Amino acid sequence: MGIGMPPLDQPTTTGDNEPYVFEVARGRGWRRWLHNPSALIGSIIVVLVVASALVSLVWTPYSPLAVDPSHALSGPSLRHLLGTDEYGRDVFSRLMASSQVALFVGVLSVLIATAVGIPAGLLAAERRGATGQVVLRLADILYGFPALLAAVVLAAAFGASKSTVVLAIGISYIPVFVRVTRSNALVVLNSEYVLAARAYGRRPLAIMRRHVIPNIMTTIIAQMSLLFSLAVLAETALDFLGLGTAPPAASWGTMLQSSQNYLGNDPLLTVWPSVAIVLCVLGFSLFGDGISELRDVRGHR
Amino acid sequence: MDAAVRLGRALMPLLRRVGTIAVALWGASVLVFVVLNVLPGSPAQVILGTQATPQAVRQLTIQLGLNKPLLRQYLDWVGGLLHGSLGVSYISHLSIGAQIAQALSVTGPLVLFALIIGLVIGLPLGFLGALRNGRVSGSLIGSLSQIGMAVPTVVAGLLLVIILTVKLHVFPTSGFPGWSDPLQALRALVLPAFSLGLVEGAILSRYVRASVLEQLRSDYLRTARSKGLRVGQALRRHGIRNAAIPLVTVVGLELASLIVGAIVVENVFALPGLGLLLLDSVNNRDLITVQDIAMLVASAVLVINLVVDLSYRLLDPRLKGLS
Repeated sequence: MGIGMPPLDQPTTTGDNEPYVFEVARGRGWRRWLHNPSALIGSIIVVLVVASALVSLVWTPYSPLAVDPSHALSGPSLRHLLGTDEYGRDVFSRLMASSQVALFVGVLSVLIATAVGIPAGLLAAERRGATGQVVLRLADILYGFPALLAAVVLAAAFGASKSTVVLAIGISYIPVFVRVTRSNALVVLNSEYVLAARAYGRRPLAIMRRHVIPNIMTTIIAQMSLLFSLAVLAETALDFLGLGTAPPAASWGTMLQSSQNYLGNDPLLTVWPSVAIVLCVLGFSLFGDGISELRDVRGHR
Repeated sequence: MDAAVRLGRALMPLLRRVGTIAVALWGASVLVFVVLNVLPGSPAQVILGTQATPQAVRQLTIQLGLNKPLLRQYLDWVGGLLHGSLGVSYISHLSIGAQIAQALSVTGPLVLFALIIGLVIGLPLGFLGALRNGRVSGSLIGSLSQIGMAVPTVVAGLLLVIILTVKLHVFPTSGFPGWSDPLQALRALVLPAFSLGLVEGAILSRYVRASVLEQLRSDYLRTARSKGLRVGQALRRHGIRNAAIPLVTVVGLELASLIVGAIVVENVFALPGLGLLLLDSVNNRDLITVQDIAMLVASAVLVINLVVDLSYRLLDPRLKGLS
């Protein structure tokens, strides 16, 4: 395939004012989505994780907290699909319940980051003077605090809990959204149709709503999916360190932590939560990649 | 006169960047101080326990300087940091500076070791992935690195322990013998460094691949190929330098994430580094130590960012004129 060749699915202009990128994503998106193996695998995993979290709200094979000392550390069997842990709790049920924690932390922290980061990024793009500079400098400060460090500081001040984890991850991702939003919004704001809209007398807020936000939305959603997967990684690490979900509540991180004492006798106790985490993170990052590829018309080979 | 003006103009972006970093560092110090000091409740009470007499609590509060106004405490703290004096731990009464220096003698080599492992894995894998793009082996490398990125360092560490320590007895599980026996010390760092390095290598390889692919598709490389150079030759002569520019950024970001990752890995392997010190301080409510280490890590991340940004300009002359 020639390097300079135009993409096969060059979008036709629709004639109206709508930016065409969105048109492509809507029109041919689903078929391309199904033909993109990583996007497909990603969405299957995402659906699985969400389903297991929802199902675990109402049903798990055993209660994730039910202790049964007589069956402690029993390996996989028909009664306990993935075996039991050191207190005889059913590993499969605990894995299912843990997906709730992962989704809870992931969704809330990404929401915090977007709720602050996107408006701040739009503001920095629109007001390039002093206001924009202030926003960027504030983002710089937060940039010095990766999720883990932020979580440690918050835990030292307020005591460790799930909320400090959510807050810490959310805050640490704010600068990412500020930057992504700002740089993408700048491209749109410098375009000729925005110039035309300005000449026509549209207010900045209306331009944001009609032109900027629809155009940058796919990039933002892709970024959200990616950061969600990073949030799950961070949450696991924090729970492992004892800075998040408190035992006996189940989470993949706390499961890993307690499995540490049985690495020799029962390595499967470590393997199960590991597999769950890797699958979940992989799923959401593939999902995010799939969305970015959808958007990137030129990247289509 | 003319030369001075030109020099000044060339240095302007540099000075501006250093200025913004100084502002960010100041902001970070305010943030850390406020979060750790606004809460009501007396650290002295926490340290002495609920049984302590009010007199003892008051005495310790004065001794720790916690009776002074907050602004005064903040200025004392930052002034101390600027003079290289980090204060004394509330709990152990040891110099925090000395404790951090001791911890860095573990964390520093660990991070460096992990960075080398990450580079040794990521660079060739990324190059190979780009050269084999579109073939089965290329997709295989792509999938491998995608999965590697999804592995938390905790998981990498625990799985390495299961395989190499528990099953094969190759490496010690945890702890650190100290640098008096360098060989044993390095041996204790192998597994932790690999836990960090494998994952970072996977991430790095994706960036390398993307960067090399971009060069392979560039016009000048096509010209080089059309004059008869083979892909490898053309890349060596023309591509690598250009591909290296974005990689500097990535390696810088890696370094920052390795420093943070070390906090986790040190706790998996019970290595007496900065991460273990930080977590111990959190658990003992030794807030002044937490404050110092948090500031240290945040500064490291911000300064690494600055260095990356500046080296970027240095490597790519096209960016010189831009601010």
